[in-house]
Amino acid sequence: MKKILKYLFIILWSTFVIAPLSWALVTSFKPAAAVNNGATFIPWLQFQPTLDGWKDITGISGYANLFPALINSATITFFSTLVSLSFGCMAAYGLSRFSYGWKHYKNPDIIFFFISQRIMPPAVLAVPFFILLKSLNLLDTKLGLVLVLTSALMPIVVWLLVDFFNQLPKEIDEMAMLEGCNPFEAFIRTILPLSKPGLTVAGMFAIIFGWNDLFFGLVLTFTKVQTLPVAVVALNGTVTPFWTLSASAIFSILPLIGLAFVVERFLSKGGFAGAVR
Amino acid sequence: MNLNLNQVSVESEAEIILKDISFDFQPGKIYVLIGRTTSGKTSLMRTIAGLLEPTDGEIHLGVTRLDEVPIWERGIAMVYQQFINYPQRTVLNNVEFPLLRAGVSKADAKAQALAMIEKVGLSEFVNRKPSQLSGGQQQRVAIARALVRNTRVILLDEPLMNLDYKLREQLREEFRVLFKSTENSVTIYATTEPSEALFLGDELLVMHEGRIIQHGKPNLVFENPANIDVAQIVNDPPMSILDAEIKDGKVTIGNLMNFATPSHLKTQKDGSYKIGIRASEVVLGGSHSNSEEGEVSLSEVSGSETLLYVKLNIGEVVLQLEGIHDYYIGQKVTVSLAPERLFLFNMDGTLCAAPGN
Repeated sequence: MKKILKYLFIILWSTFVIAPLSWALVTSFKPAAAVNNGATFIPWLQFQPTLDGWKDITGISGYANLFPALINSATITFFSTLVSLSFGCMAAYGLSRFSYGWKHYKNPDIIFFFISQRIMPPAVLAVPFFILLKSLNLLDTKLGLVLVLTSALMPIVVWLLVDFFNQLPKEIDEMAMLEGCNPFEAFIRTILPLSKPGLTVAGMFAIIFGWNDLFFGLVLTFTKVQTLPVAVVALNGTVTPFWTLSASAIFSILPLIGLAFVVERFLSKGGFAGAVR
Repeated sequence: MNLNLNQVSVESEAEIILKDISFDFQPGKIYVLIGRTTSGKTSLMRTIAGLLEPTDGEIHLGVTRLDEVPIWERGIAMVYQQFINYPQRTVLNNVEFPLLRAGVSKADAKAQALAMIEKVGLSEFVNRKPSQLSGGQQQRVAIARALVRNTRVILLDEPLMNLDYKLREQLREEFRVLFKSTENSVTIYATTEPSEALFLGDELLVMHEGRIIQHGKPNLVFENPANIDVAQIVNDPPMSILDAEIKDGKVTIGNLMNFATPSHLKTQKDGSYKIGIRASEVVLGGSHSNSEEGEVSLSEVSGSETLLYVKLNIGEVVLQLEGIHDYYIGQKVTVSLAPERLFLFNMDGTLCAAPGN
């Protein structure tokens, strides 16, 4: 009975998660008639699939082209994730291995300071960031958005990686230092190669947050640099047909789904088996 | 090159970890630190290695002030009680790593690493990762990494602790051979086991509550423990301690045991003392003035021996019996102490007389 309930729950939850996605996917291949004439789900049986929606967003029909936005999003997400991971992993390692502090403020307070950046609603930062980027002549530039997103992603990376490094035995870096590595070399040569699972998780979170960012993209870029979420939202504001909107939604999440399949193997492998017994 | 510790102390806000440690370690000898858990053995090693900062005192290696040198430039090798290796590297790469860091060419590093791997008996596993090895093999990799560099100081922190009994015996034998080749190094080995200390040590340092409370040749320390703490630490199972009185040429222990003062205690003045007796020198049976009936409080089998804890009116004594015996808790047994094997301590715990003196 317990097993039946468990599977029932899994099926219900999976349906809840998958249904909107499959609805959008099916709709993106529907012609106008299939969308307007009641609920249909099975291509070729209930309706004849077309690529009209996909042609509308890929510039083939001349309606809209989301590829430049896709490239912008990919570039901005890649660099902001790269910078966040590069500096974030060093900050996290430092917070995990060394004691910092001033008066009664210690490492846990510093870690909380990092994560508190995420507690704050992004809207609070919109005006300061706008003024800052304007004064630096970085409004509506990829570099400007990379800098802003890095500041938003870094706390997540640091928070996740501090916990990961805490789980790695300190004796490994101690041993590396005894064998001639300074702390930085010990980190690069022994800890970082063991940190693939942690870096993958932190990187995935950074990519997801960076890729899906709408707010900063909307506020800090205008015409020259348009990110994918902004472009998709812009389609919503026009007279875009349903099937085209569905195609744009699927289009915007496809890279993330592909990436998830690629990085999955890094997550499942035991990172530091054999380090300490 | 001698390793000299001069008044080294390590204190934290809450506790004293090491207090006034002064000692001169000479190369070519195996120094065994023995003490209970938290006695400061690991802390002393970590302080020498640079992983713990002394709050007071100086450490010198030859003419170099070692405590002012960064860890990575100290040239010290350490083996932990956990089997620590680089999990992403093969056995060969693990052993090569410290050599490459020391600037040895790749070809030489490989040759030296392979020779050391052969020495520790892992030649057929050179391309395996540590996770593909057994516990004993993993610890051999760690030992090979420590020995391959020919460092001036080798620290071994209870390296056999997490191994099973048989493997421990085997590696202990091999250690003597392995450490013979480290004549230019100061080798410091920490353990809680007296048998290991007696077997391996050229010199024994007994640690208790962050201090070295006695040092010397292992057999001398074993035969003449400076006080009750040392006697307890260098005996496994610990020495049984009972209150006694010497008066008019007789030793009285509790109400029942009353026997003529043995020859080695004859020069002692009348008064109250504590006597100590090793577990191997308490025997079952007897109906003499040195015997008393008691109740078994615990019986445990250790290897091929049985340890019997017997509660007497005057305190508890431990017996080490050859073979495996079956006793139940509460069983009445009579135990006898051998008077000529008694250690005599003052009431403050310092040694007055030991058997054979």
